[in-house]
Amino acid sequence: MSAPTLGPVSSGPAVSGPVLDIRDFSVVYRTPGGDVRAVDKVNLALHPGEVVGLAGESGSGKSTLAYGACRLLRPPALITGGSIRYAGRRLTTPADVLKMRPEELKRMRWREIAIVFQSAMNALNPVLNVRDQLVDVIHAHLKMTREEAHDKAASLLDLVGIPRNRLRSYPHELSGGMRQRVMIAMALATDPEVVIMDEPTTALDVVVQRDILAQIVELKETLGFSILFITHDLSLLLELADRIAVMYAGQLMEVGTADEIHREPSHPYTKGLLNSFPSLRGPRRDLAGIPGSPPDLRNPPPGCPFLPRCDYGTDACTSVGMSLAKVSSSADPNHVTACPFVLPDTPRPPHKIRAEAPAAAEEVTS
Amino acid sequence: MTLAVPVTVDPTAPAARPQQLGRWRRLPLKAKVGAVLLGFFVLAAIIGPLVTPYNPSFQNPAPALSMHAPDGAHLLGTTQTGQDVLSQLLVGIRLTLELAFVVGVIATALSVLVGVTAAFLGGFWDELLSLLSNVFLVIPALPLLILLLGYLPQKGQLATILVLSVLGWPWGARVIRAQTLAIRNRDYIAASRETGESSWRIITYEIVPNEISLIAANFVNTVLYAIGASVALAFIGLADLNSWSLGTILYWAQSQQALQLGAWWWFAPPGLAVALIGTSLVLLNTGIDELGNPRLRDAGVDLRLGGRRIRPTDPTPVMNAAPPRRGPVAAFLHSFSRSSLLGEGGLGEGGLGDESGTSR
Amino acid sequence: MSFIIRRLVFYLIAAWVALTANFFIPRAMPGNAVQDIMSKFPSLQPSAYRALEAMLGIGHPGSLWHQYVSYLNDVVHLNFGLDVTEYPAKVSTLLGQTIPWTLTLVGTATVIAFLLGTGLGIVAGWRHGGWTDRLLPGLMFLQAIPYFFLALVLLDLLAVNLHWFPIGQGYGQGLIPGWDWTFISSAIYHSLLPALTIVLTSVAGWMLQMRNVMITTIGEDYVLAAQAKGLSSRRVVFTYAARNALLPQLQGFGLALGFVVSGALVMEIVFSYPGIGELLLTAVTSNDFPLMQAIFLVITFTVLLANLVVDMIIVVADPRARAREGAR
Repeated sequence: MSAPTLGPVSSGPAVSGPVLDIRDFSVVYRTPGGDVRAVDKVNLALHPGEVVGLAGESGSGKSTLAYGACRLLRPPALITGGSIRYAGRRLTTPADVLKMRPEELKRMRWREIAIVFQSAMNALNPVLNVRDQLVDVIHAHLKMTREEAHDKAASLLDLVGIPRNRLRSYPHELSGGMRQRVMIAMALATDPEVVIMDEPTTALDVVVQRDILAQIVELKETLGFSILFITHDLSLLLELADRIAVMYAGQLMEVGTADEIHREPSHPYTKGLLNSFPSLRGPRRDLAGIPGSPPDLRNPPPGCPFLPRCDYGTDACTSVGMSLAKVSSSADPNHVTACPFVLPDTPRPPHKIRAEAPAAAEEVTS
Repeated sequence: MTLAVPVTVDPTAPAARPQQLGRWRRLPLKAKVGAVLLGFFVLAAIIGPLVTPYNPSFQNPAPALSMHAPDGAHLLGTTQTGQDVLSQLLVGIRLTLELAFVVGVIATALSVLVGVTAAFLGGFWDELLSLLSNVFLVIPALPLLILLLGYLPQKGQLATILVLSVLGWPWGARVIRAQTLAIRNRDYIAASRETGESSWRIITYEIVPNEISLIAANFVNTVLYAIGASVALAFIGLADLNSWSLGTILYWAQSQQALQLGAWWWFAPPGLAVALIGTSLVLLNTGIDELGNPRLRDAGVDLRLGGRRIRPTDPTPVMNAAPPRRGPVAAFLHSFSRSSLLGEGGLGEGGLGDESGTSR
Repeated sequence: MSFIIRRLVFYLIAAWVALTANFFIPRAMPGNAVQDIMSKFPSLQPSAYRALEAMLGIGHPGSLWHQYVSYLNDVVHLNFGLDVTEYPAKVSTLLGQTIPWTLTLVGTATVIAFLLGTGLGIVAGWRHGGWTDRLLPGLMFLQAIPYFFLALVLLDLLAVNLHWFPIGQGYGQGLIPGWDWTFISSAIYHSLLPALTIVLTSVAGWMLQMRNVMITTIGEDYVLAAQAKGLSSRRVVFTYAARNALLPQLQGFGLALGFVVSGALVMEIVFSYPGIGELLLTAVTSNDFPLMQAIFLVITFTVLLANLVVDMIIVVADPRARAREGAR
């Protein structure tokens, strides 16, 4: 059963339009020291059944973007502009999340856009058992009797491969991997259109990571939701995502298909990220990091925020307008980059004298 | 004092760096109010006894002046025996504060000693010291204090200080131990150990400086406890009844039936003084807490939109236009004025931002 | 279960420490306590002196260990010796007469104050930043007022001046304690002002504490997650935030009990309430050591017991406490 403002499934808009359309989205944090521009006029679209990866280091604004899209950021966060158009199949007309009243927001949350949090141990209520927490979500959005809700909870655990006897367990009694699966089960409980995954596997060991990611892909194929996958691990996205958006200092640097980003990265930051991890196959090479650290977002320097750490930077970069433009040499027509000077095949300058870090630094980025 | 439970400080919160403490303007408003109020009493303690209009012990035999209401000659009235209440109050503030501060210093030193030792030694000693702290925390303090003080032939200032200090360290020891453990496990301590720094040096130069705000909060709590306990003890007669501490004044007021005889000026001022000193300490402590625990501080951040304060549980507010970016000087001045308005109680309308996006 | 057992062991250890302190303090203190008593109460029987000497460990009454064992034996049999001021009344009798008064008054008032304060604290924490914050300085002031001082003020205003309440005592003059309605209603009437005093000043403390815990709890991820799930505000506040905040609040309650009880006892003196507080005053003014020591033990054991009860409540409320069997 759907809620009043969300109409029946069949009369939705055309499937080909984006299900979540983020336009010109900006978020600041109002601190005593000034406004921190955490997200600066970001445009990102998520299509039905698509996996979009959002990559960036800590502080790049990727989590702020995702949580801000659901208006879950706490004070002193303030959304200063843009729109978040959600056009799920259950809606008769698309709605702007930023214009919703609190009741509408509550109905939309989870039912339409669900979130899998980073640390399941922290995101689960310690005093309720698994079944109660699942039933909470079910009762909040779907009309069911208690028996039906219990059954649904049990079937959700089946979905993610957790034995039913775990229904009465408490979060602290589960292993890390199991907790994360419970989070995923909870996210899918009301059949959302969009699932935002905030570094869901970062806290887990590699083997469990692979397991869970495989599970996620399988579920996506079966149930047909879109995923906005946030991570700092670009290598993960290369395998998992359909499209990848690279974020830095609150702005998008490059957006393209995973294939293109992998083979033909255009932006210097993307290139740097790709150089930061080894591939399992291929020739051995020196690992280079990206020395330096992200800028202070309270008083961002003019022009490109990446300039201080960029191998290709010149003085012209201080006056560049940070808009995304098509990469001319790319096979993908939607491959865009923020850097007007550097292309996938632009050679790296021989040596660059940078004020911040020594040229031969071998620091590995996070 | 209700011998109130001290304000809790989260020992696992990241410790304040020593440099942050010099920033007076960063202190929340309530801490400043507390400090000013306390300062007023400290001043009274220092100057008070020197400016008493009368000798507090001077008994005026004139019957008309016994239990006399406040008037021009005696601003706070007189006691049963014609003594001037104001003079007693001024002396009392000093005696009480003196006692409380000394106890604070001794007990806090003990707490730090026990807490750091337990955290550093670990193992059996840690268990033992922790057990001891917990036991003395759960055993009610006042009855034990009564027992100790009751048996001592001398019940004066020194005896009280001793007895209060002996029971005043467990709370702080527990908190400091927790914080020390948390810090000890951090990388830079391990690094210091690797380079061979002796434990003693590590403690003095790296651990303790990072716990300053915790130690300060602990000190304030102990002073709070000392005031409450000493006043309660004096009230039931376990003090030097010939001296004038706030507690003994109350003792005499009670035993001379001030209440029944309507002499409110005898018990109201000393009691009020105790309550105000206590309040100032709690205010100060809450401020120190917020300084050391960023989470509490952020919780107090004031974000207003359209005149209404945004609560942490509201959806993220949407504003139409971002305010213009300020130059560095303007930003500095702006932050200076705003930070003095931040704090509890919604003081000042200088909220941060409103829908029109006008600059301030 | 093992959590409760470990707590029980802890309280037994604490009780033992209290007993041992009680045993050693009279023996360790300078000065001659017996002389003081003898000079104050010259009419006591020689047997009383001997008993006192035994209690204080003077005059070779046997080895220290022997004394200790017989002391413990006495305590277990609730034999606290003979009172000095009301000789030859037994201390245990005196205690028995006064404990019920204190227990009912302080117990009821404290529980009411805790429930009220915690409830208000939940609201204040949830609505943190709103008008409730304006109450904070007032609440801090209220919390800093000593119980007995507030008692004096309230008595002065409401009893002496407005005549709304009686001026102290436990029941009307001339009434004989019994289970009849006249007596009980009088007792209740006389307990209103003392109860009000306790409630007023301790509510502030509980409210402030719960508010702080709520604020911290609201900052936890699972509360944000609960909001992200679109759960009703009521559910988020109570089942996700408050239920978790309750745990540290209860622990704080246990720790604060000692202070609350102590404060209440001193307050009883102001009201001339027929509870342990009055006994305490008598004991102190007359150097009635047997009484002092017995009061110390009784109060300590009561507080320890109450702490155990609170721990049991915590076990019920916190599944993690139940599972603390060791590393999991």
